[in-house]
Amino acid sequence: MTPFTTVTGPAAPLLRPNIDTDVIIRVERLVGTTRAEMGAHAFEVWRRRADGSEDPEFVLNREPFRRAPILLAGPNFGCGSSREGAVWALAGAGIRAVIAPSFSDIFAANALQNGLLPVVLPEATVRRLAAAVERAPSEALVTVDLERCVVVGPEGDVHRFEIDPARREALLAGLDDIGLTLREAGAIAAWQERDRAARPWVWLA
Amino acid sequence: MPATLLDRLWALHRIGPAGGGQDLIHIDRILLHDLSGARALTEVAEKGYAIPNPGLAFATPDHAVSSAPGRTAETFAKGAGGVKALREGAARHGIRLFDLGEDGQGIVHVMGPELGIVLPGLSVICGDSHTCTNGGLGALAFGVGSSELAHALATQTLRVAKPRSMRIRFEGAFPAGTTAKDAVLAAIGRLGAGAGAGYAVEWAGSAVRALPVEARLTLCNLTIELGARIGFVAPDERVFEWVAGRDLAPKGEMWERAVAHWRTLRSDDDAVFDAEQVIDAGTVAPQVTWGTSPEHVIPVDATIPDPKDAPDATRRRAWEEALAYQGLEPGRPIAGTPIDWVFIGSCTNARLSDLREAAALLRGRRVAAGVTAWVVPGSVRVKREAEAEGLDRVFTEAGFAWREPGCSLCVAANGEAVPPGARCVSTSNRNFVGRQGRGARTHLASPAMAAAAAVAGRIVDVRSFAP
Repeated sequence: MTPFTTVTGPAAPLLRPNIDTDVIIRVERLVGTTRAEMGAHAFEVWRRRADGSEDPEFVLNREPFRRAPILLAGPNFGCGSSREGAVWALAGAGIRAVIAPSFSDIFAANALQNGLLPVVLPEATVRRLAAAVERAPSEALVTVDLERCVVVGPEGDVHRFEIDPARREALLAGLDDIGLTLREAGAIAAWQERDRAARPWVWLA
Repeated sequence: MPATLLDRLWALHRIGPAGGGQDLIHIDRILLHDLSGARALTEVAEKGYAIPNPGLAFATPDHAVSSAPGRTAETFAKGAGGVKALREGAARHGIRLFDLGEDGQGIVHVMGPELGIVLPGLSVICGDSHTCTNGGLGALAFGVGSSELAHALATQTLRVAKPRSMRIRFEGAFPAGTTAKDAVLAAIGRLGAGAGAGYAVEWAGSAVRALPVEARLTLCNLTIELGARIGFVAPDERVFEWVAGRDLAPKGEMWERAVAHWRTLRSDDDAVFDAEQVIDAGTVAPQVTWGTSPEHVIPVDATIPDPKDAPDATRRRAWEEALAYQGLEPGRPIAGTPIDWVFIGSCTNARLSDLREAAALLRGRRVAAGVTAWVVPGSVRVKREAEAEGLDRVFTEAGFAWREPGCSLCVAANGEAVPPGARCVSTSNRNFVGRQGRGARTHLASPAMAAAAAVAGRIVDVRSFAP
């Protein structure tokens, strides 16, 4: 997992509510596609017109947002399907952090497994950041600093965000969860031993 | 200290703290399908991890497989790789696979309860957001991504924060014509598609207790469309009766022990929830979605909403875009809207009771000219039982296609799709942009509403449509 410390760059404003993972990556792109190839298909239903050409109106087709590392989004970002391909597609398109008023629980969990940071800020703050970016797209840079747990807006405005301390440590170090949990193998085995006695019907074969 | 059902289910599976706000919880069942399941098995193999409890994992292909009669894994060639990876991964680790053409195969959330793989009180995960369906039996069930699936395969646990508790009670009785699908769509419409984020939802109240088990599976299925990863109904005698005798359900003395334990799985009368909603069941009419989020839903006798009435500017824009995509005009009645397709299927509404409900409306009737209508049964067993009752004949004589079990047009991952611009009344769970195919327009509704629409050739109020 790529460690996440600080990311600075253009922040693409896409303030729609309920952006679902079907829109982030179409399901047929999950079939027979490697993770690395998914970035090219991020948001294709909005990014491309019916004839396959780019829609110049769509924010990620406009400079300086074409390779923006940060996305500003509306509430309930990543709702719908649990497909982790949505995170792989965003990461493949160069996005390292999404700033939104709220996230779907499954999307947020998937993002954290892949070093993509979901940052929760109040809706008014996300709007303020988006407005500042829209005023001066080419100069307006946003910083997401996980070490200090702050977002710094284009006007130097500083916004604190919350993140679980254990998750923060794992992201900063780029740690894999499986290795971490396997250190608890003894405790898991002991729990399972007790559970086999308490709920034997759970244990098939 | 009074406890909620969530408290009890959580305590039952908690191994210990996992740092920060998270717990390490035991996962009793892992379900694998041909997209996320195959990927997770591949990831486990690549990283060199063992799978210590293969007997607690089960696999079946459902997503990227054709539903055409006589299909094999190769019928949809692009999906064949996922099926192959699922077969190989399952064989390598000794995981039981219910393969295409075999008894037991089906949509993972249909076959799991049906075979007794899922039981009340179990913690269940699958790489699929509609895993919450299994909460209809009183299981703690939720969807995860491929990485968490791999984590559970390698450790039989997950690191996860305990959600907050929300109880949604439907009190009273649902009117005639109103199904569990309508009830949950109405709740999503009233509360919003993000209202449940961070919560586990306990569906309760007298109207829910009166629901048959398969209807509870439908109710819990759409909990994710409310934003909650977990939804459940406290298990009761109806559930125990439904589970009894299923292939992998406990038998004999073990059954008695299990039922005694399951009877303790309920919220205390004085339990306090972090959020609570009460809906008068008597006010819930048959529902149909008009837009591109499940929260874009109205009673079938209502008019299409006007964006100028949206609660804020963000939603106004979202409504405008949804109406443009759907090709609808605000202020007009939704009933009467001409349709091109009808899909009866999916983990929401493809069980035997759903097919019976639709067939009851179709006996002696014909699908309207110009409408393509499909039934995709939820599993091999549902299909077989429906055929034994002659339901397949009812559907085919009415002009429906009778197909092989899988996700099919709910998610359009298998080469089957509603054509661009075509309007489909669907018993599935998502009306997202492009969900049923690029440019396809989806209206979510109950099986009876879908069957009525097929006959009328337009969206129609099932209550005005005497069986």
